[in-house]
Amino acid sequence: MSMTVFFVAIVSAMLINNVVLMRFLGVCPFLGVSKKSETALGMSAAVMFVMVVGSILTYLIYYFVLEPNDITYISTIAFILVIASLVQFVEMFIKKISKKLYKALGIYLPLIVTNCAILGVAELNIREGYAADYGIGQGLLVATTSAIGAALGFALVIFAFSSIRERLDAANVPKAWKGIPISLIVAGIMALAFLGLEGIV
Amino acid sequence: MVQSTAKKKKAGNTYLTNFVKGFIRENPIFVFLLGMCPALAVTDSLETGLGMGLLVVFVLTLSNIVVSLIKNLIPDEIRIPSYIVIIATFVTIVEMLTEAFAPPLYESLGIFIPLIVVNCLIMGRATSFASKNTVLMSAIDGLGMALGFTVALMLIGFSREILATGAIGYGIYLPLPVEGSLFNLSYALFNMEVFVGPAGGFLVIGIWLAVFNAIGQSKQRKKEEDRRRWIEKKKREAAERKRKKAMESAGGSA
Repeated sequence: MSMTVFFVAIVSAMLINNVVLMRFLGVCPFLGVSKKSETALGMSAAVMFVMVVGSILTYLIYYFVLEPNDITYISTIAFILVIASLVQFVEMFIKKISKKLYKALGIYLPLIVTNCAILGVAELNIREGYAADYGIGQGLLVATTSAIGAALGFALVIFAFSSIRERLDAANVPKAWKGIPISLIVAGIMALAFLGLEGIV
Repeated sequence: MVQSTAKKKKAGNTYLTNFVKGFIRENPIFVFLLGMCPALAVTDSLETGLGMGLLVVFVLTLSNIVVSLIKNLIPDEIRIPSYIVIIATFVTIVEMLTEAFAPPLYESLGIFIPLIVVNCLIMGRATSFASKNTVLMSAIDGLGMALGFTVALMLIGFSREILATGAIGYGIYLPLPVEGSLFNLSYALFNMEVFVGPAGGFLVIGIWLAVFNAIGQSKQRKKEEDRRRWIEKKKREAAERKRKKAMESAGGSA
């Protein structure tokens, strides 16, 4: 397997099938914690960690526990439990090793459980059929790479969006459009820009 | 006797207000911005919006009932994980039922059926309402909120479909009066395909939010104006009374 597979997986997950703007996963934190670029960066760091580890774990559980026992229909329950307990574990771990990091990321971690981007990427890794295309071992690598790409895409978009919103606060917006409505229009224009990247790979 | 009927009437009223509040006053999408992911992703037509809404009706009502049934059994520390398991169970049931009985809907909703688990609306109602209220109240709340969500999804889906294709839902086109005549107009001339794509979701929801904001603000302004006018009127009356009194007392002394 050549390196191009990984490159394609990253670029496609980050830019072409961007989780927020193209797949509409994780829109709630995208609108909720993007008022300041600092909080946006904190959120995207936490998301990146949980998304990558979570998709590795869910992939392994799917192919080594659920599929051999023929109980793939409970995958949704299994995945959300894995993600919830992973978040809990990460929270305790970070609290133990670094107070500073905990202060920076702590408030975002509980929010991540209901971030549909995490569960969505875990489900997509299974639905895209990487295991069938590359074998279970190499499929894991591809799945991990695309999770990294998706997390990078989330970080890129939420950071750009929060920077725009910081400028929008000072702009003279009509009264009815203030706040969320104009932000949604901005997100729409960003999605239009990302539409232009379609067909690169 | 009289008191009890009055009480009953009042209880009926609270049930009704509890049911109705999800439609406009506490609409999950347009007021609370909950459950935005499905609101953007599966509303490219009226049909898929309605389908998604009905699945949420099922899940939210049942999960609210179960959560309020066992609210006293769950320790506080593991509240959220147990709610998630309850919700995930109902989502799995719904997923299997949809796959069996409505395969086209299952295809078009795709990954967004399992993602109902992380829909903030359902989790939000479980923690903020069902864990504190009676079973009947929670069921009514879940049904009302989910129907409000459905109406909002249908509104967004309808606007996107009509802007993108000219159809009014389920692929039905209204007859265009000038079609095939002198100007040879057709819907294809006015289609804005951007609205069926990802950008359209953001734009349409943004526009609807602004419209609702504008309506709310004009109502607010009217209320304020009415209040101001009322205060002015009272002031004028008081001044009149004062003057009259002063005149009377002046006349009396003279």
